[in-house]
Amino acid sequence: MSHVSSLIAQDIGQYLEAHRHKSLLRFITCGSVDDGKSTLIGRLLYESKMIFEDQLAALERDSKKVGTRGDEIDYALLLDGLQAEREQGITIDVAYRFFSTDRRKFIVADTPGHEQYTRNMVTGASTADLAIILIDARKGVLTQTRRHSYLVSLLGIRRVVLAINKMDLVDYAPEVFARIEADYRAFAARIGLTDIVCIPISAVHGDNIIEPRGNTPWYQGPMLMEHLETVPVDDDLQARPFRLPVQWVNRPNSDFRGFAGTIVSGVVKPGDSIKVLPSGRESRVLRIVTADGDLKEAVANQSVTLTLADEIDISRGDVLAAADDPVPVADQFEATVVWMSEAPMLRGRNYLLKIGTKTVTATIAPLKYKVNVNTLEHLAADRLELNDIGVCELELDQVIAFEPYAVNRDLGGFILIDRMTDHTVGAGQLNFALRRSQNIHWQSVDIHKQARAASKGQRPCVLWFTGLSGSGKSTIANLVEKKLHALGKHTYLLDGDNVRHGLNKDLGFTAEDRVENIRRIAEVAALMADAGLIVLTAFISPFRSERRMARALLPEGEFIEVFVDTPLAVAEARDTKGLYKKARRGELKNFTGIDSPYEAPSAPEIVVGDADGDPDKSALRIVAELRRRGILSAS
Amino acid sequence: MTALTHLQRLEAESIHIMREVVSEVEKPVMLYSIGKDSSVMLHLARKAFYPAVPPFPLLHVDTTWKFRDMYAMRTRMADEMGMELLVHANPEAQAQGINPFTHGSALHTDIWKTQGLIQALDKYGFDAAFGGARRDEEKSRAKERIFSFRSAQHRWDPKNQRPELWRLYNTRKHKGESIRVFPISNWTELDVWQYIHLEKIPIVPLYFSQLRPVVLREGGLIMVDDDRMPLRAGEVPMLKMVRFRTLGCYPLTAAIESEADTLTAIIQEMLLTTTSERQGRVIDHDSAGSMEKKKQEGYF
Repeated sequence: MSHVSSLIAQDIGQYLEAHRHKSLLRFITCGSVDDGKSTLIGRLLYESKMIFEDQLAALERDSKKVGTRGDEIDYALLLDGLQAEREQGITIDVAYRFFSTDRRKFIVADTPGHEQYTRNMVTGASTADLAIILIDARKGVLTQTRRHSYLVSLLGIRRVVLAINKMDLVDYAPEVFARIEADYRAFAARIGLTDIVCIPISAVHGDNIIEPRGNTPWYQGPMLMEHLETVPVDDDLQARPFRLPVQWVNRPNSDFRGFAGTIVSGVVKPGDSIKVLPSGRESRVLRIVTADGDLKEAVANQSVTLTLADEIDISRGDVLAAADDPVPVADQFEATVVWMSEAPMLRGRNYLLKIGTKTVTATIAPLKYKVNVNTLEHLAADRLELNDIGVCELELDQVIAFEPYAVNRDLGGFILIDRMTDHTVGAGQLNFALRRSQNIHWQSVDIHKQARAASKGQRPCVLWFTGLSGSGKSTIANLVEKKLHALGKHTYLLDGDNVRHGLNKDLGFTAEDRVENIRRIAEVAALMADAGLIVLTAFISPFRSERRMARALLPEGEFIEVFVDTPLAVAEARDTKGLYKKARRGELKNFTGIDSPYEAPSAPEIVVGDADGDPDKSALRIVAELRRRGILSAS
Repeated sequence: MTALTHLQRLEAESIHIMREVVSEVEKPVMLYSIGKDSSVMLHLARKAFYPAVPPFPLLHVDTTWKFRDMYAMRTRMADEMGMELLVHANPEAQAQGINPFTHGSALHTDIWKTQGLIQALDKYGFDAAFGGARRDEEKSRAKERIFSFRSAQHRWDPKNQRPELWRLYNTRKHKGESIRVFPISNWTELDVWQYIHLEKIPIVPLYFSQLRPVVLREGGLIMVDDDRMPLRAGEVPMLKMVRFRTLGCYPLTAAIESEADTLTAIIQEMLLTTTSERQGRVIDHDSAGSMEKKKQEGYF
């Protein structure tokens, strides 16, 4: 098979020693089936002798059966993995291919070229060091060439090979090649691509893949394979400051506490000072621990475990960075997002955002514009559909350590996850942090919250009741309101009845609507608190993220989470509305506790429930807690 | 500047994947098939969590038809690693005496392996299972994600895979759903052998050539590993210098004639050979796209 170098037969030991030092290049090929992309990759595999005889036999058989090249070998068939695709004759996903030469191992991301597969191309490009952009010599630079180049540039791939294919069909004419090269370079400069190598090839015949074959004597540049084997990789990651997102805290016993993760840039040595972000605490690296013994140094792209000189609180999601050149922290950003889901991205919705080893909740603030990927025009938009690319603002529920994507892919690239479906619905990059004060201008008012609350002889707050259906939220909340009213306090109780029939009557029970339902309730509760009221809300509100979002709308201390902790079995046995029976029969979908999760609060201010004996005792305890917190007297 | 080699890069990627799973799922398990890929995966797990013992058990979905040398290796590795070893052999298959001789390879594989794996995952409630599959093994594997989701019925939907970008893996799933995770997806057969060589990873002796009793059956050399193997008329076991490129159930795994009795000789032979490793496995030949079909049904 590979490397038919006589060294294998003669001195395998020496061969293996040489191959230990091979490097790795990941690249993506961009182009459509018509450009001969699959044929090119098949050709690279074939030329590097990575095809075994049995695969070759199957290939010859398949070429005759379904191939598009008559009796000749159809290299593209090597790549079209999934049966459905083989039948349709198109590639619809990302496939990874491997080959190696004496110098390098290659991982090729093979992705489809049509506009409707933008998400697949973005996926393949995210890990690539280099992109091969294919052009059909007969057609020149097309709209799709521009789209592919834009995506390559967007994903931060700096090195591009422009493979001008099908040169055999234009009689290997140098002027055709020169014209396409000039066209392309002019366009590429506009989107910031400058490191471009143009090669005239014929994937079908093999010109300039490994060898010239004599058809392009006018071409003096490198062969495609030669270029792939020698182009530098990873050359600048190590020169940047040290960063390691903590992935896992290793605590096998009380004597050892190691922080495991992959170094995403820079170099680290024992003794180096580091800073933990976002907390800002500092320490020094004690050891770099590996199963093969401690290391004197570790570099970008290595997965290591560090121990530190001081016992400081560090958990998964924190970033360890060079103390003298740490990373910034922020919770509001401008971001570029590629949408990957059939359901559109809507402003105001919130999603889970995973970046590095951290997962937080992100709310989509106004969409600034979307990009026409063919013309690069900016268009006004209020939503992103599948495969759209847009620029928007993101608000996170907590600060994170980050770097702009242009500086560091691993600390600036993120995915968005839908909480209901758990699917990855978008990917994006942080462009820069926003300062809220610069971007949101509040109307200043003279009568403020404190003034309004003081006139009522109380301090405003939101009592957020959460718990399973039938747990007793409404019953207890109602009793609390009565007691507060009796004390002369100004209150308002928001529950399913008064909200669903009015404010939220346009909302159903789909996933989006449930999120929007809670969002509106949270906003209304916050406005009522602003008016000086003690607000009580009684909704299942099963997800921590929505409750966190509600909490984030209020100042510290004004959001009081009341967990009505009634076990599922008890709530179900009670089944006051008969809903559990329906859900068990499958008539109610996404019913909390049955086929949809309830995420219990991790640190509620108040927990009440059956342990209290009866709802009235629970209500008394809550009122006592409000008094203790100073809510029931003017500040 | 320290230039990382391709094996260092692959190792770091695999370790990153394993740590991500342990950090984000509730109950992971490592499927241990005793072959060379499993051996590499286990070695990587030791590195990923050192000095802790990997925080998950090993699961071997047994068919009772593995080579005896494999069973010996299984016991040895679990001891050396200090990890819990769970062995599941489908009780229905045992009760019905399912075997490759009377029931054929397709049924044998389905009942022992596919059904057995599903039973074991359900029995213990594992929500993520590491597997040693590689993308270079077979066409449909080339498109499978590193984190590959299975429905509550353990089915794979190739049309509905999650995009995997950068080093970010979305591990969230609904109750009942599970993930198959392939940490060595991006390794090739040569990478695996080179790594075994460099890291001195113990492997089953069957990979090394020695004199073994075999019969020639349907063009393949099948080892007579124990007395459960019924000999057909005219078949007489003969001693030949043979070894195995891939290990599975002994009646379904063909040996190759070889003199390679050291690791370097094996690698040399592999580099000079001209047939791909899966050809020694009977299950891929059943029909075109057979691996894809099996995976949709829940096979690893």
